[in-house]
Amino acid sequence: MPAPSERVVVAMSGGVDSSVAAAILKESSLDVVGIGLRLVGSDEAPGERRSCCGIGAMDDARRVAEKLGIPFYVLNFEEVFRKAVVDYFVSSYLRAETPNPCIPCNEVVKFEELLRAARGLNAPFLATGHYARVTRDRDSGRRILERGTDRSKDQSYFLYSLSQEQLASAVFPLGEMEKKDTRELAACLGLKVHDKEESQDVCFVGAGGYRSFIEEYASGTWRTGPILDDSGAVLGTHGGLHNYTVGQRRGLGLSTREAMYVVDVDPVRNAVIVAPGSRVRGQERLLLERMNYVSIEKPGGPVEVTAVTRYRKPEVPATLLPLDGCRARVEFHAAQEPTAPGQSVVLYRGDEVVGGGVAARVEE
Amino acid sequence: MEKGVYLDHAATTPPRPEVLEVLEETLSATFGNASSIHSFGQEAKRVLEESREKAAAAIGAEPGEVIFTGGGTESDNLAVRGAAYALRDRGNHLITTAIEHPAVLNCCAALEEEGFQVTYLPVDRECRLEPARVVEAIRPETTLISVMFANNETGTIQPIAEVGEIARRKGVAFHSDAVQAVGKVPVDVNALGVDMLSMSAHKIYGPKGVGALYVRRGTALRPIVYGGHHEHNLRPGTENVGGIAAFARALELAVEELPGATEHLELLKEKLASGISERIERVSRNGRDGDCLPNILNMSFPGTDGEALLLNLDLLGIAVSTGSACSSGATEPSHVLLAMGLEPLMAQASLRFSFGRDNTVEHIDRVLQALPDIVNRLRKVGDSRAFR
Repeated sequence: MPAPSERVVVAMSGGVDSSVAAAILKESSLDVVGIGLRLVGSDEAPGERRSCCGIGAMDDARRVAEKLGIPFYVLNFEEVFRKAVVDYFVSSYLRAETPNPCIPCNEVVKFEELLRAARGLNAPFLATGHYARVTRDRDSGRRILERGTDRSKDQSYFLYSLSQEQLASAVFPLGEMEKKDTRELAACLGLKVHDKEESQDVCFVGAGGYRSFIEEYASGTWRTGPILDDSGAVLGTHGGLHNYTVGQRRGLGLSTREAMYVVDVDPVRNAVIVAPGSRVRGQERLLLERMNYVSIEKPGGPVEVTAVTRYRKPEVPATLLPLDGCRARVEFHAAQEPTAPGQSVVLYRGDEVVGGGVAARVEE
Repeated sequence: MEKGVYLDHAATTPPRPEVLEVLEETLSATFGNASSIHSFGQEAKRVLEESREKAAAAIGAEPGEVIFTGGGTESDNLAVRGAAYALRDRGNHLITTAIEHPAVLNCCAALEEEGFQVTYLPVDRECRLEPARVVEAIRPETTLISVMFANNETGTIQPIAEVGEIARRKGVAFHSDAVQAVGKVPVDVNALGVDMLSMSAHKIYGPKGVGALYVRRGTALRPIVYGGHHEHNLRPGTENVGGIAAFARALELAVEELPGATEHLELLKEKLASGISERIERVSRNGRDGDCLPNILNMSFPGTDGEALLLNLDLLGIAVSTGSACSSGATEPSHVLLAMGLEPLMAQASLRFSFGRDNTVEHIDRVLQALPDIVNRLRKVGDSRAFR
């Protein structure tokens, strides 16, 4: 944590959480500088207000900063956001993977580029409105990322890919707050944003939803193809692989007697593979790539953990087995519904984030 | 906290007390509509015409040649679009430069969409137009040349009298955007041979929202906004008599005080430029030695970013700019610096300091005290893509 009167940059979206985060820092006598991130929207239609990236949100953030009496600037991160988040999001779907765009947004846009900008402003710390905590292990000296105290709001899942250096510069003022306290505090401080709606997960896709966003962004690069059953028989036609994710049941447009589930999305054959619920096999283990270890260094042997295979999904017991390079295997103690390739899997020990990685397409 | 240091006078200036006095006085005492026949209207008309005389005298024009407008941008629009439309039956080709203010450039872009052709002349490394380029660009169908008097980012003064001479010889109308120049350097419309010249009040300690266009008698021009018969049928709308009187007063004072003011501004500019060069390695100056406005200094600090420099200085209460205020927030480097041949990264690493009558040597010292640490820190941290 920064010492009193030290400078800290706070990323302000105009929403309740980052506004209250800024207020808490200001109350702690820090030298707070608010930065709004312009991510999309210089070509945004007038009047359209997207959840957290648009110009309208920046006006809200500016009003909050004025109210708090802190300087506020909007910086343009459109280019890095497009490369690190939007391109990744779209290309993942086109590869038949299911990405978490918030993860590179935190890792690259906020804790790489915005942090660099903060350091340029003589601020060694970057604060965000995430519900997560960072502590320092006295023995190992490692920064430990922990779940937010409010388990229902915990956002440590979206932060698992931060490096030790990034965590050392991170400040999460809401880590020990309950969401209702955040709203109350916002109301007490007279912040007009206190009853604003929650922002959505994929902030940049707009009202049309992510499928039409992808179709527009990557127009011409996706094709229709067959929907096959697990024996290879053609059951129907799909409208592009980006419309499907493993485990999906709705929107398949099939007239089979039994409800069918997507069990695989195969970019090589440009095919969607489905099976009836009775034949969906549970997943016993999972290969993870791009592993990042947080509370521990890469271990020499198995570690007992709990695994979260999708944001807000309940954790399940598993064994982590480190592999060569940045890969690892997770063996679930009981078979699980399949995890879509591209999803981040975050591993916990109690409240602390052990590490995490991205589910690979093939299990070894 | 110490009082702020304002070094962004090319963006706008604080209205000076003498001007505010005229503004308040006129707004309250001379509220009549200058078109009304009664005594209230006549009083407003009298103030309006007195202001026109003052404004005309400041640039060596006849009173009948001054059209008051809603500011510099509107003056540029009236000149460029108004002349292009009025002369459309004679030709559809316009000539301007790559370094104009967006008020001219975007008029040209809009005219291009309507079928006009526009030649954008390049400038040299010092931001100066070579008059011979104008001669080369003129075609039989050329109707208008628009060249700014002095550039708003670098201060470089353009060879207006030479271009005026060429325009006159070729029988082409000539407009100059002199928003930055008027009140900073002597401007005489007859010596320069301009047919139209744009001015703005708020760059010379006057109020915002008022300016003027000088229109030489006999220049073909069409209004771009339609309404009543105000301002020689060229600019309809009830005259902003208060703003106009304040503008005329500001212009009169600026011209009166020109010699002393120039010396003061030059001193500050050279002190800052040499102080920066002494204290910070690898800096360069953008613009022209001599033939430039006394109040604008543009410098590049490679390895840093102009916006990051600006924010750091702002956090210390020092206000500067990365270029024209209109383009702040955009990611593109300055079109002016690019036109001068600067690499995009170098253009992005630039700051504009613009001085005013209230600036002191102490202000310059504060910048010189703050800037080296900021530049060194930014060079150490590395360039952030966010600042690009």
